[in-house]
Amino acid sequence: MKQKNLVIFSVVFLLLAFVAAAWFYQSYQADAAAQAYLRDKSTYVRSHTPARGSPDAKVEIVEFFDPACGTCREFHPLLERMLKDHPGKIRLYERYTPLHDGSETVVKMLAAAHLQGKFWPTLEAIFAAQPAWAPQHRPQPELVWNYIGGVGLDLERLRRDMSSPEIDKIIQQDLADARKLGVKATPEFFVNGKPLPSWGYEQLKTLVADELSAAY
Amino acid sequence: MNSPDSSHGGAWGLVFVSWLIACVSMLASLFFSEIMHVPPCVLCWYQRICMYPLVLILPIGLFPFDRRLVRYAAPLSALGLLIAVFHLLLVAGYIPESIKPCTQGVPCSEVHVQWFGFVTIPLLSALSFLLITVLLLLGHRRSAK
Repeated sequence: MKQKNLVIFSVVFLLLAFVAAAWFYQSYQADAAAQAYLRDKSTYVRSHTPARGSPDAKVEIVEFFDPACGTCREFHPLLERMLKDHPGKIRLYERYTPLHDGSETVVKMLAAAHLQGKFWPTLEAIFAAQPAWAPQHRPQPELVWNYIGGVGLDLERLRRDMSSPEIDKIIQQDLADARKLGVKATPEFFVNGKPLPSWGYEQLKTLVADELSAAY
Repeated sequence: MNSPDSSHGGAWGLVFVSWLIACVSMLASLFFSEIMHVPPCVLCWYQRICMYPLVLILPIGLFPFDRRLVRYAAPLSALGLLIAVFHLLLVAGYIPESIKPCTQGVPCSEVHVQWFGFVTIPLLSALSFLLITVLLLLGHRRSAK
């Protein structure tokens, strides 16, 4: 009987120790990430990075996204709602992470649209039409042209910019930063430099809410 | 802590400790891969294959105590020890590049965790397997008396 209790006690103790260690490790990592973010944001945000929301906002969300990624499309309304619900308090940055075959062209389109100051409406149009141009995760970039007509882009200039080496450099920079930050899938979020403790919709909401209450 | 008849000359306690070591090793390896996101290499997986079953097999041999436990637990711990030693030699560079069984994916010679300048994951693994093997053999001898 004593021996049985000893084994049961050990199992419970070891599991609790594991959970506690995981919790401590993650909060330590989050603090370290937040400190590093305060010191130097350059890996998270570049000068070419499209941003939305007040520049004075104290909660900064950095999203690494792929326009062909269905989950990124599903997260988009949540981010929109966060910006609307907390005006002036949240700033959203979008980083190009073309992980799907073929989405690099679409990402170039977005980066070129940003040069015309039309990144956000173009992203909106591309996400809205995503099921049509990227069925079953197989992006067909040439189809995207059919859906961005309403944005009001100078399409001739867009095509020219898309093939420029500057745009290519921007994409490569974003991909290099993604690797540096350990982004292996999209969408990946950093809130004031903190990664999600575990990936998910609710986790993002909680992290943003925590940062909001800490800053305001 | 136990009456002499139920502890089998102390053998029960020795096997119990070896089970604790297996549990800690399993949780530590899961901590490295799932919490710290250190990718396990091929040799790490082979060592896991030897370690994880011990977590289940050893307590089965404890209730009721089975002297023959060593017959089905020691092969796992001994094989694990061999793989861990191979892994250590690989990391130390004693085994040349060409014999490396894992050039694809995560290189086994990569050192992710290093404490006090010499404690690495394969070293901890080798120590665990060695301790488990020794404790099992000691337990086997004790229970014969």
